[in-house]
Amino acid sequence: MKVLVCIKQVPDLESRFKPNAEGLWFNETDLAWRMNEYDEYAVEQAVRLREQLGEGAELTVLSIGPDRVVEAIKKALAMGADKAVHVQDPAVAGKDPWQVASIIAAYAKGEGFDIIFTGLQSQDRGSAQVGVSVAEQLGYACSTTLVGFEYDSGTIIAKRELEGGLKGVVKLKTPALVTCQLGLNVPRYPTLPNIMKAKKKEIAQIAVADLLVEEPVAATVSFHAPARKGGGIVLEGALEDLVDRLMGILNEKTAVLR
Amino acid sequence: MKALLIGEYREGKLLDSTNELFGFAAQLGAETAMLLVGSDSALPSYGGTLYLADAAVCGEYNPDLHKQLIVEAVGRENPDCIVLMHSSYGWDLAPRVAAALKSAQVSEVTGIVADGFEVGCCNAKMRRTVKPSTAKAVITIQGGAFPAQAPGGSPQVVKVSGAAGGGLEFLGYEPAEKKGVDLTKAEVIVSAGRGVSKKDNIPLIQALATALKGELGASRPVVDAGWVEHSHQVGTTGQTVSPKLYVACGISGAIQHLAGMKKADFIVAINKDRDAPIGEVADVLVVADVLQFVPALTARIGR
Repeated sequence: MKVLVCIKQVPDLESRFKPNAEGLWFNETDLAWRMNEYDEYAVEQAVRLREQLGEGAELTVLSIGPDRVVEAIKKALAMGADKAVHVQDPAVAGKDPWQVASIIAAYAKGEGFDIIFTGLQSQDRGSAQVGVSVAEQLGYACSTTLVGFEYDSGTIIAKRELEGGLKGVVKLKTPALVTCQLGLNVPRYPTLPNIMKAKKKEIAQIAVADLLVEEPVAATVSFHAPARKGGGIVLEGALEDLVDRLMGILNEKTAVLR
Repeated sequence: MKALLIGEYREGKLLDSTNELFGFAAQLGAETAMLLVGSDSALPSYGGTLYLADAAVCGEYNPDLHKQLIVEAVGRENPDCIVLMHSSYGWDLAPRVAAALKSAQVSEVTGIVADGFEVGCCNAKMRRTVKPSTAKAVITIQGGAFPAQAPGGSPQVVKVSGAAGGGLEFLGYEPAEKKGVDLTKAEVIVSAGRGVSKKDNIPLIQALATALKGELGASRPVVDAGWVEHSHQVGTTGQTVSPKLYVACGISGAIQHLAGMKKADFIVAINKDRDAPIGEVADVLVVADVLQFVPALTARIGR
C-alpha cells in the first residue's frame, strides 16, 4: 500500500509582508519559513495510517519549491514519512493552482498511490484548490475539510467539517485523496532520535520541467495591502498609559463599566 | 456577461448565503441563471431560470454528480462565470467544476476590480488581484463580502437529474456538539487567541471576562489546542455573536473568526502586531503584549 502526503513550505504568517519587485507576490527577504499548518495535520494523519498499516506500507512526502523547502521535507521525514520527493522549482510561487496540481498529478500518475493526503489550503495563498484539482486530474475519489479519518481495507470513513459545528460523514473507496482541516489530530513533534534517523532517508530530486506540461489558466496581476477601512483608533505607548486611554474610551463609548 | 449561480441547500433548507450570490452578480452587472440541488418546497426568491435537481435523489453532498449537473447547465446557459460560496460546499465543488470545464478558478473573492477579482492572501493580511485567462471562470466568493440580495419573484424551474457515480458515498450528518455556553446572549465577550501563548494563560483572559461581567470566548487555534472547550469558539465553525463589547486578546483575525464577531457593537483588539487583520474590524486596536496588558486592565477595572 502506497501513501503520499503533499506539503508546502510557507512564511511565518506573523511576518510583515511587502510586495516583491514585480508586485505580484511577497518579497522573500527576512522571512522565516515553516511547514504549512494544514499540512502538519496531513502529515500526522498519513503517519498514523502508515503505523496502522505496518510492514509493506510506504509513505512518501512531496514538496515543490526552491532548496529551502528541504527543511519542511526533513520535518515530515522526522515525523515518520519513509522517503521524500523534492520537485525543484524556484519559481513555484508564480504558478497557478492548476499548474501546481498538474505537477503533483504528473508525478503521482506513475506511482499508483492508494491514498493521497494534502492540507485543506495553504496559509499564504489560501486558494483551497490544489488538493481537489490533483484528485480530478488523477480520477481519484476526493473529500475535503476532514476532521475525522478512519481507514479499513480499501475504505475511508471521513468526517467533514461543515459550517456551525455540523459534520458530514462520507465513505470513500480508494484510490482517494483527502484534504485535512485544522484539528483533525494533534501533530507530533519530531523526537531527536527520529530527527537523526530522518537524515538517512532518501530525498529524490526531480526538476519541475520533467513534470510540468500545463499552461496557467489564471494570472496574479497585483499583490498589495488591503485598503484600510479607517475609523478604528490605534493605541500605542507605555502600558499604564494604554490602560488609561482604553478605560477612557470604554467609559465614553460603551456602558459596560457602569 | 452571464453568471450561473450555484445555490446551497442543507438538511432540507435553502441556505441564506445563497442570496449573497445575487449580490455578487448584481455588482458584476451580470445576467443570471441558478442551479440548485434542493427541493421545490424551498425555492429562492428569484424570477430567473432555476435548474433544480431533487436533493432527495441527487444527495446534498455528492460532488461528482453535482459537478455533472453544473457542467450540463453550463452547456445550456453558456455563462461567463460559475459562482459558488467559498464554503465547505463551494470550495469542495469548485475545483472539480473548473477541472471539468478546463477553466480558471478564483477562490474566496472579496471584491470586483477593474483588472480582475480581489482575493485575500497571507492569512487575510494582504490582497491579490487575480485575472482568469480562460473564457469561463469558476468563482467562489467570501461569505459576507457581498450584500445578501433576494431579487424577488418565482423562478422558472427546469427540472434536472442524474445518476450518482464516483467512489464517494454520503452517510449522513453529525449534529454540532451540545453547547455548554450560549455566547449569543452574552453582552460582553472576552476572547483568547493564539497570542495568549499557552493554556496556563487562559485564566488571565477569564479574569478580564469576569471583571467585565462577560463570558470567555476563543478563536479556533485555542480550541484545537485544547486550551478552551469548543462551546466557547467564536467563528464560522463555532458561534456567531453580537455582544455590546467584544475584546479580542491575541487574535490575529482570520476571516472565519471575523465572520463570527464583526457584528459586535464595539470591538477592542489587543495585539502585538499592528498589521493584524483584526485591526480592520476593531474600533480600538491596542498594540501591546496581551499577557502584560490584560492583567493591567483587569486590575484597573477591579479598583
